[in-house]
Amino acid sequence: MYPYYESDWSVLPPEANRRFNPAFNMATIKQVVNEAIERVRMPTPMRLRDLIRQIRAARTAAEERSVVNKECAYIRSTFREEDSVWRCRNIAKLLYIHMLGYPAHFGQLECLKLIASTRFTDKRIGYLGAMLLLDERQDVHLLITNCLKTDLNSNTQFVVGLALCTLGAIASPEMARDLAGEIERLMKSPNAYIRKKAALCAFRIIKRVPDLMEIFLPATRSLLSEKNHGVLITGVTLITEMCENSPDTLNHFKKIVPNLVRILKNLILAGYSPEHDVSGVSDPFLQVKILKLLRVLGINDVDASEAMNDILAQVATNTETSKNVGNTILYETVLSIMDIKSEGGLRVLAVNILGRFLLNNDKNIRYVALNTLLRTVHVDTSAVQRHRTTILECLKDPDVSIRRRAMELSFALVNSQNIRTMMKELLAFLEKTDAEFKAQCSSSIVLSAERYSPNKRWHLDTLLKVLVAAGNYVRDDVISSTIQLISESISQQGYVTLQLFKALSEDHQNRQPLTQVAVWSIGEFGDLLLQATPDEENGVFPPTEEQVIELYQKLLWSPQNSVTTKQYTLMSLTKLSTRFNSTNNKIQQIISSFCSSLHVELQQRGVEYSQLFGKYSHLRPPLLERMPPMELTRSQSDHHTNGDISDSEPRSVEDSPQHTVNSESNALLDLLGGADSIADLDIIKTSSQPIQPISNSNNQDLLDLLGLGPISSTPMTDMGGNMGLIMENNNSDVLISSSNQNSNFLSGDLFSNISNERNVPTLTAYNRDGLKIVFSLIRIPENNTLSINVTTTNCTLSTMTDYIFQVAVPRTFQLQMLSPSGTVLAPNANVTQDLRVTNPNKNPLKMKVRLSYLIDGNPVQDQVEVNNFPADIWD
Amino acid sequence: MMQFMLLFSRQGKLRLQKWYVAHPDKLKKKITRELITTILARKPKMCSFLEWRDLKIVYKRYASLYFCCAIEQCDNELLTLEIIHRYVELLDKYFGSVCELDIIFNFEKAYFILDELMLGGEVQETSKKNVLKAIAAQDLLQEDEAVEGALRDIGLL
Repeated sequence: MYPYYESDWSVLPPEANRRFNPAFNMATIKQVVNEAIERVRMPTPMRLRDLIRQIRAARTAAEERSVVNKECAYIRSTFREEDSVWRCRNIAKLLYIHMLGYPAHFGQLECLKLIASTRFTDKRIGYLGAMLLLDERQDVHLLITNCLKTDLNSNTQFVVGLALCTLGAIASPEMARDLAGEIERLMKSPNAYIRKKAALCAFRIIKRVPDLMEIFLPATRSLLSEKNHGVLITGVTLITEMCENSPDTLNHFKKIVPNLVRILKNLILAGYSPEHDVSGVSDPFLQVKILKLLRVLGINDVDASEAMNDILAQVATNTETSKNVGNTILYETVLSIMDIKSEGGLRVLAVNILGRFLLNNDKNIRYVALNTLLRTVHVDTSAVQRHRTTILECLKDPDVSIRRRAMELSFALVNSQNIRTMMKELLAFLEKTDAEFKAQCSSSIVLSAERYSPNKRWHLDTLLKVLVAAGNYVRDDVISSTIQLISESISQQGYVTLQLFKALSEDHQNRQPLTQVAVWSIGEFGDLLLQATPDEENGVFPPTEEQVIELYQKLLWSPQNSVTTKQYTLMSLTKLSTRFNSTNNKIQQIISSFCSSLHVELQQRGVEYSQLFGKYSHLRPPLLERMPPMELTRSQSDHHTNGDISDSEPRSVEDSPQHTVNSESNALLDLLGGADSIADLDIIKTSSQPIQPISNSNNQDLLDLLGLGPISSTPMTDMGGNMGLIMENNNSDVLISSSNQNSNFLSGDLFSNISNERNVPTLTAYNRDGLKIVFSLIRIPENNTLSINVTTTNCTLSTMTDYIFQVAVPRTFQLQMLSPSGTVLAPNANVTQDLRVTNPNKNPLKMKVRLSYLIDGNPVQDQVEVNNFPADIWD
Repeated sequence: MMQFMLLFSRQGKLRLQKWYVAHPDKLKKKITRELITTILARKPKMCSFLEWRDLKIVYKRYASLYFCCAIEQCDNELLTLEIIHRYVELLDKYFGSVCELDIIFNFEKAYFILDELMLGGEVQETSKKNVLKAIAAQDLLQEDEAVEGALRDIGLL
């Protein structure tokens, strides 16, 4: 850089260099002096390039850490000394270190200093650092807002560009409010480079603060009359966001449909333009954005849809499909055709495009095809049915994402005509598939079988195969619905018990659900099992009594079987004592051996059942009589006998938990045979609110929290014969809770009529791991009641499921909990639930809160005490 | 809207990260680590899309580098592949047959190019020429400043 510079001079300090030498001009001398001063003051920092080399040369992680730590310490010291000459270089190094995962927050303020510099190089690195090191949670935001404001008014377009880019990346709501005016001004700038960036900044601002939309509206419209594709695409993006934001704006922009159609038409018809061409397609980025905006504008609007029918058809037929680009556009077109009120012919065209996608060699295209078919299957089932074989083929794809989609789509396609073939494929899939699919797949198979089974025998066989194939992954709903079905199919009981016995004797290690269903059936229908018609085809013959007892012994002593399964087995064995003739002594012996079981539940059963063989043996036969067939209270009349398209929307998976609860509790009620409890249930059913699975367990847990004993023994005493099943479902409190819920509904109505309420401030009851619970308190003075509206918000990125919120208060209070608005918390979504606390003695309120949920498949449980209620709430 | 873009090597080393949504540093690191392991574990024959939390992950491998983008449910995953490809083309044009080392040693340039292609998670320019022109003009500004600074240092200005 300095050609006149001689190395021997450089080592001399300036005071030593007193000799006048005319061979050096003034500049050289000055340079030497400067260099020397610089060197004395501070050594030149390492270059970025050298740092990267050094870090890459490190052979171990420890070595790398030491290089980084040394450099970080050095960079910190330069920051302290306010060295502005090398600040830019140091920040650049810090950014590299940051990318390696080391802390770099101490560079935040230095970035702002760089931004404030007048040099473009400093600004460029400074803004890059700001985007990487700051996010909108930083308090330095006020400072950066001021810097941005200055730079947005700069004369250099690139400085404005840097500021816009930074604002677009890290705009916080406050920043958005402060700078919205500037952005609106820049959207009208004569410079296209600035206009396009300003449009996207406006897009981000609206995303952060939707209220600010108004001020951008006038400037937005004119963006569409541009020739520049950058401005066009950003304008379309901005309008799309605005339309999705408010229905009024959507209506306002309906009139631009013809403009959009024209732009799209020009894109397709225009000849080759090298600037925007991507393998033969003219600006796919812009085309996709326009298609998306057309979709937003055309949804539920016949006129707008009419106006875009032609162009959609044109895009669908004219797009080159040999490359990913073409398929990208077709994919977006199909989505638009399906969502707007398009013509029938166009829809067929769209489904056919997806059908072609399914046959494509590219996995990505197949994936989006399955995804899109899944979304459209309800609209046009028969068109999708045509591609059934291809879809089933995708069940065998090596890719998880494709398999999952194919499975969901396959279930959506099941109807009464194809159930046999579909189930064959799906059962084969169930057998081989990964654990993560088994639960969902088995429940879906059960649901489909329930809806479309051609006959009872087939239905039972299918359920049996599910129990065998899915092992322990079977959900509880499958167990209860299988038992239900066996109970009501009187003519098949012998057959199915035999099949279950066979499956059980082959393998009972890791199939708890199968074991439970099997022992229930054998217990109920033990006599039928012995006389069952042999299944010669598969070589299944009815066992002898001894064989059965032998199997039971194995089950009861196997350490692999859960306690629940053993409870089922004991119960079943007791029943067998009235069904079998010659093995009663053996049975009695086994049962009495449980009188000394280490497990308290099993011991209790052992003792109780033993009584039935001793003092109360006259009660045994009537107690253990066969149960009457369980009548399915769930409406089954909608059994589909034909593939009626309009009705064939399959039950979505989300529905199933509710159904499960319904059927389970009904079955239990039937089991108990209590007429009054059925009446209770009826009341609940007539109220429009669904039964929330959560509240079922509330009561007991509450009692637990308060330190009261469990109430599970209450229902056990009256019907010894069905204890096992009741205990198993762990719903022994269903009855109690149902009636409680009922009263909640009633009281809910009562309370909602009270208008004389006083607002008390809200309080945050819980804020941990991204879960926030806020109580808003409303006092109802008449009866010393506090109504608490509980709002739970999920601040994480993941969805929380199975969310259960429980509360306990001291005994002097009365607590009522109404049903929560849901059990699933999507990110940033919330669930609300109302509590009412009555406080007759006006004591200070204390509350214990327990909550549990599943996040990313991991269960989380926590408990806190809430004592910070305002003291004046009861005054 | 694109939520973030990550570039990482086959060895799992992060080469570039661009976040269009605000997260605390800790969460960013967690997400990055999780995605890198998930994607590196996928076989080459699998499709380029992942469902991850409530986002769609689109990734593609170019030589030793993985380009990975997180987009929202309503976004077009095939188009995201095109965006990735466009970015690779731009890097290639700028560096002249780009390799991983170019991006390591000139990571700031890689960011600058991305910032001219995308803004706030959306595409801002669909013409390659315009992007490269803007980058070249800004590089020129920097060079001018360097020359000017050098001249000032030696007292010629």
